[in-house]
Amino acid sequence: MTSKNNEDLDLKAIRARLEKARGRHYWRSLEELAATEGFEDWLHREFPRQASEWPEGEAGDAGRRQFLKLMGASLALAGLSACTRQPTELIVPYVRPAEEIIPGKPLFFATAMPLSGVATGLLVESHMGRPTKVEGNALHPASLGATDVYTQASPLGLWDPDRSQAITHLGEIGSWANLQGALSQSLSTQQARQGAGLRILTESFTSPTMTGQMEEILALFPAAKWVQYEPAGFGMQREGSRAAFGEPVNTYYSLENANVILALDSDFLCLGPAGIRYARQFANRRVVRGPKAEMNRLYSVESSYTITGAKADHRLPVRASEVEGIARSLNEALDGQAPSGPHAGWIAALARDLQANRGASVVIPGTWQSAAVHAIAHQINQKLGNTGRTVFHTDPIESGDSSEAGLRELTAEMEAGQVEVLAIAGVNPVYTAPADLNFAQRLNRVPLRIHLSLYQDETSALCHWHIPQSHYLESWSDARAFDGTVTIMQPLIEPLFGGRSAHEFLAAFTAQPQRSGYDIVRGYWQKRRPQNFEMWWRRALHDGVVEGTALPAKAASPRAPASAASPAPAAEGMEVVFRPDPSVYDGRFANNGWLQELPKPIDKLTWGNAALIGAGTAQRLNLQNEDLVSLHYKGRTVTAPVWIQPGHANESVTVHLGYGRERAGRVGSGVGFNAYALRTSDAPWMGTGLEIRKLPGKFPLAITQQHHNLEGRHIVQSATLQEYRENPDFAHEGVHNPPPELSLYPPFTYDSYAWGMAIDMTACTGCNACVVACHSENNIPVVGKQGVLMGREMHWLRIDTYHEGHLDNPHTHFQPMLCQHCEMAPCEVVCPVAATTHSAEGLNEMTYNRCVGTRYCSNNCPYKVRRFNFFNYADYAEVQRLGMNPDVTIRTRGVMEKCTYCVQRINEARIEAKREDRRIRDGDIETACQTACPARAIVFGDINDPNSRVSQLKKNELNYGVLAELNTRPRTTYLAELKNPNPEIEKA
Amino acid sequence: MDIEQEAQRPSTEDVPARQRPPVIEPGHTFASVTDKISAIVLTRGLRWGWVIGFGAAFLLTMALLFSIAYLVAVGIGIWGVNVPVGWGFAIVNFVWWIGIGHAGTLISAILLLLRQSWRNSINRFAEAMTLFAVACAGLYPILHLGRPWLAYWLFPYPNTMSLWPQFRSPLIWDVFAVSTYATISLLFWYVGLIPDLATLRDRAEHRFAKSFYGILAMGWRGSARHWEQYEMASLLLAGLATPLVVSVHTVVSFDFAISIIPGWHATVFPPYFVAGAIYSGFAMVMTLAIPLRKMYGLEDFITLRHLQNMAKIMLATGLIVAYGYMIETFMAWYSANEYERFMIWNRMTGPYRPFYWSLMLCNVVTPQLLWLGKVRSSVPALFVIAIIVNIGMWLERFVIVITSLHRDFLPSSWGMYWPTIWDWSTFIGTIGLFLALLFLFIRFLPMISIFEMRLLLPGADAKEKP
Amino acid sequence: MTKKPIYGLMAEFESPAALVEAARKTTQAGYRNFDAYSPYPIEELHEAMEHRRGYLPLIVLIGGIVGGLSGYLLQYWVSVINYPLNIGGRPLHSMPAFIPVTFEMTILAAGIAAVLGMLAVNGLPMPYHPVFNVPRFALASRSRFFLCIESADPRFEHHETARFLESLAPREVSEVAH
Repeated sequence: MTSKNNEDLDLKAIRARLEKARGRHYWRSLEELAATEGFEDWLHREFPRQASEWPEGEAGDAGRRQFLKLMGASLALAGLSACTRQPTELIVPYVRPAEEIIPGKPLFFATAMPLSGVATGLLVESHMGRPTKVEGNALHPASLGATDVYTQASPLGLWDPDRSQAITHLGEIGSWANLQGALSQSLSTQQARQGAGLRILTESFTSPTMTGQMEEILALFPAAKWVQYEPAGFGMQREGSRAAFGEPVNTYYSLENANVILALDSDFLCLGPAGIRYARQFANRRVVRGPKAEMNRLYSVESSYTITGAKADHRLPVRASEVEGIARSLNEALDGQAPSGPHAGWIAALARDLQANRGASVVIPGTWQSAAVHAIAHQINQKLGNTGRTVFHTDPIESGDSSEAGLRELTAEMEAGQVEVLAIAGVNPVYTAPADLNFAQRLNRVPLRIHLSLYQDETSALCHWHIPQSHYLESWSDARAFDGTVTIMQPLIEPLFGGRSAHEFLAAFTAQPQRSGYDIVRGYWQKRRPQNFEMWWRRALHDGVVEGTALPAKAASPRAPASAASPAPAAEGMEVVFRPDPSVYDGRFANNGWLQELPKPIDKLTWGNAALIGAGTAQRLNLQNEDLVSLHYKGRTVTAPVWIQPGHANESVTVHLGYGRERAGRVGSGVGFNAYALRTSDAPWMGTGLEIRKLPGKFPLAITQQHHNLEGRHIVQSATLQEYRENPDFAHEGVHNPPPELSLYPPFTYDSYAWGMAIDMTACTGCNACVVACHSENNIPVVGKQGVLMGREMHWLRIDTYHEGHLDNPHTHFQPMLCQHCEMAPCEVVCPVAATTHSAEGLNEMTYNRCVGTRYCSNNCPYKVRRFNFFNYADYAEVQRLGMNPDVTIRTRGVMEKCTYCVQRINEARIEAKREDRRIRDGDIETACQTACPARAIVFGDINDPNSRVSQLKKNELNYGVLAELNTRPRTTYLAELKNPNPEIEKA
Repeated sequence: MDIEQEAQRPSTEDVPARQRPPVIEPGHTFASVTDKISAIVLTRGLRWGWVIGFGAAFLLTMALLFSIAYLVAVGIGIWGVNVPVGWGFAIVNFVWWIGIGHAGTLISAILLLLRQSWRNSINRFAEAMTLFAVACAGLYPILHLGRPWLAYWLFPYPNTMSLWPQFRSPLIWDVFAVSTYATISLLFWYVGLIPDLATLRDRAEHRFAKSFYGILAMGWRGSARHWEQYEMASLLLAGLATPLVVSVHTVVSFDFAISIIPGWHATVFPPYFVAGAIYSGFAMVMTLAIPLRKMYGLEDFITLRHLQNMAKIMLATGLIVAYGYMIETFMAWYSANEYERFMIWNRMTGPYRPFYWSLMLCNVVTPQLLWLGKVRSSVPALFVIAIIVNIGMWLERFVIVITSLHRDFLPSSWGMYWPTIWDWSTFIGTIGLFLALLFLFIRFLPMISIFEMRLLLPGADAKEKP
Repeated sequence: MTKKPIYGLMAEFESPAALVEAARKTTQAGYRNFDAYSPYPIEELHEAMEHRRGYLPLIVLIGGIVGGLSGYLLQYWVSVINYPLNIGGRPLHSMPAFIPVTFEMTILAAGIAAVLGMLAVNGLPMPYHPVFNVPRFALASRSRFFLCIESADPRFEHHETARFLESLAPREVSEVAH
């Protein structure tokens, strides 16, 4: 104990010194925030808003130089002098072979990003060997060419200067050789005892290679145990399928064939291994072109408001613990029993709708709903004959159970002193383990603790050895997608900080401890693909998918769950619901500035989490937004700010995991509160018996959108499918649309190209992928919590969220808002120095070098899409500069910036077209937001070309311009949002 | 010497008691007027009052310099501005100061053309006040830039990249209007000073003072030819300055009226801005004149008559401003434009409503007291009202700039603006600068136009027989 | 011509009326090179001395026209010829938008012309002038009125002129050295 304390103290001291050493910096200001925004501080601060300048306040040049020295040192340490090197092994680019590197021409490499072990296929853009941007891999079933926020934000994680940069032993820099020495001794003793004292703790994984290694190691040490733990894993699914089929089964859906979808507390459009695919399929069945077209219908039953709930035609807000009851009565209703209870009518109508769409409907249980709900869902899908049509079962893709059970067992053994060597790869259990396991103090009973991770995190601090892990863009590996399809992950760059992949780390426990990741992965597959392997290997790397690896669908028929007869009574008292955060997931992305500053889809909350409650609960407890409360649950307490979420179920509190990190890095440490501190292993996702006590004072939450009320303005046009059919032109009613010729001025003609964009709000799910993609593509800086509080966030593209209707269950509309590139741009006229002007192709262009920063353009922009550099936000660390997109200028202080329609991509395509002596074809240019969008809601192109997709969309009667009455003639237009409610429920 | 004795006073006792107070108290001669005013500069030494006043003002000026240094070093972010409220204190104060800077030229130009002889005793320091106010105002548009060191890009100067200002932008009009106004006011003021500088030159004992004023006087000797050209020039300048005064605040109002923001985009702005400028200008003249005449015992020259006339002008312009507010509200309703209507409603009931209502109190309600003769002839009352109007006019600009911006078209982009300590320090700093310059002026230059005072004397008429 | 021993003769008066009277008589007596000095402008003097109106207004007019033209032409040349740009879809020659600058330029140039013109016509700045050699002339900027007949005048003859000045009942007559 005491020894641990001392060590802890030392580390703290070192850390403190290091952080002091940093001068004014991008990171500095964020770190400042992380350090000073503790609510204590806030309660004592008189004028929070006046604190803004202090971060830059003690700008010390000495400090800066010191910082650069340190940074230089760390880079030297990483064996990284001026530029970066591609891996020595042959990696296969997506379009043309690597020997063809042309300066200024990016190459694309196929790889995949595993999250909770499951892969999303990617194409990574590499500039001179520096990965800067990820795009989706169209060949990959989970991506279909699109991406989500986590994949988009991952390059920033690669270039994060806070990543751990050296092997440490008790805080001292050590070497791989030392570690091997230490390890080989204890391994030899383990060998003698069949490895009875050896435990390996990893994340959940689907990697065949890793599975191979696991078998290898367990063969060497038969008595050893391999534990997997995934804080936001799929334990419930697994358990549910076991309950339903008697064996763990992997289930996925094909929404393409579903007319009616029921989401049982499932956020399938956002989170989950196939979220991107589902969003695409959902949109394909939702988007209508012409009044004839049909549209799918989505029902959602959920406690806290998710984007899936927002897209639903009927959303039923109930406490998470009541979802099971609803599922049961639906199940019974399908058998003909009339449902009872408050939602009887709703359920009956739903049941009829499902019955009417047998084989063309699907019931999706929430990943984190109880096993029973999963089992019931399986039954219903079976009953409706959906299996094989919209629902598919395969063998599990993950290599084992990663639920809390395994971890509980492990901690018990640690307590009992049976664990002598504990190797932790990737996981951060000290932070993520359920509170009741008190993992931290039990960990100290293990004689040898080795930890592999990207950061010197909470767990590293308590381990003897820490090994820097290589980022997925730095390492060889492989992983399966939701349907089992394998991707062989190739690195784009040598490990910046000399990290090791999990494979290389675990090799240390095998017979060949020195094998490189490349040899391990390649070796694994070589065994299985003997005939013309080279060809196969190259093809696999090139495509980013290994064909024929999707697992075969298996016919599994669910048996009635044991407890079906007795519906679990919804427990009394306030309920607490734990969910992974839509921005930082389970906390692993806590040090990612883009994700920290990413407004959460519904609440637009950045830089932290809050206890989300419904309006009714707020009234009952007399709570206001930003009030501080203490949450008491099972004898544990955390302090949290309250946020009232319209449409959140009452008597239920949602807390997002992933915040309150202590050792995340300078961005993530100390942001938000730690919800893991309440979470117990027996009820990891929800439980009742929560008590809320109001504390004095408030904690300011950085919200990017305060007003979600349309004020009766015709900004978002929406209607039901029925209304649309009756009145196809509804989108142009209620506002004055001046005809283009209505102008005192002679028109400017755009005769070459005329770029324009159309955004379909029916398709848009508000998932934020485009926002992060824009961040990544355009080198958009992060301003920190203080900046957001002062209304200075820099997002070129934001997603406006408007609520309408009843406070307890409002409709929610998403409207991506970016520069509209008005032909009669109000911003240009008022610029005194002609820094913003119109291009011959109708782009509204910012000339950063000419801008003096009057901010008049921003004032005069009715859409308020212009962003201003109030400070020198782009003051990046050396290593971060390597991650910038070289095609986009980095803006200095005092300059206005905004969406450019990705002009760099336009020019790229123009050069290509010129070289081939042709016009730019439709689809040659795809903006960053467009490529990222899972739902293909954004279409960009030449509106002079009548056949381009964008022109087609602009011809659609749903197409309208926001604030068209101002006659700004926006080039960005929107397609009105359509919903398809069930008339039966509408009436009720 | 003998000149002093034979200052025998022509009797002016025949002025009836019930008449409105005279523009110059009886019993003065050319000599006494000259001596009394020039003495303030020449014979009286440093006064404690002056030292303390100037000292305080100087310290505030230093605060201003510090704020500016920090601003340039760190960035505009130290202020409270953001998106949507891109303009904050800087522009509010800019318009406020420019407004104040309107009284001087107005008094010296328009009232000269109207042959309002009572102006003679107040125009000098009113003009000085104008210059200093414009100087303070001029700082803000430069400081509020994201990159202040590039402010010169707003001027049309030939450059290799043939980049020019964008002449459709009201900010460019501002540059021309304000710099023209500053130049013309300075010239007008200086021309007005020449004869008095000559007086000081001829009366200064100290060698340094003699040569100082001598150089500034440029060899003026008051010959008939001089006076003839001089009169002509002042008339022409007055004729030019009159439309100029009107144009300046009109152009300033264009900064808002040309935009499309509800609450800015209004055709009533030019007239109502000009009226507001005169309003605040006279309020400031009053605020300064009342203590000054007391301190330097100039009640004889700046009489109750002057204060009353200024009070009447304030009342009149105040009513025009009130009409402006009324029309704004009316148009919002009459236009049937949802954004305009919301804008007014938001001003009255939104988060910034205290500003709006106290603005109404200061600018519309309070000045109505000036209808009462009693109030008009009570110096303390006038002083208080003048100060209230100054505050009111500042509030007006705050309401126009901030409450229009903070909630415009898309509710999603609505935000709030609050000033930071740096906004305040800069604002108070410019007040310091203004006062410091004023103190220097009254110490080193005649604060009342001596030769024009001579014209007011009973003996000044050349027709009456000697 | 040979230089006269003195600059001229100067008479001092106590009232504006006396000065005007004296000026009228002097003019009638045929003197041309003389000037009257007063602590404030006296309109009567002008016609008493039979001055013609100056051409200052013309200077100002020209100044104004030049300023205005250059202002407008600059804007036109810049935005239509030298560097045409599509600014918010507005025409290159945005005539109404060019008016304010044109106006301000007119006033500026005219104003400067007025001041410089006035100084030029008055021959200011003038570092030295003989009249200041008369000690009591210091009062010309305070309370007294002076009339000085210059020796440059063809009809100037020392005794004659002195006697003539005495006849105007001045407070005193003094010689003005060069």
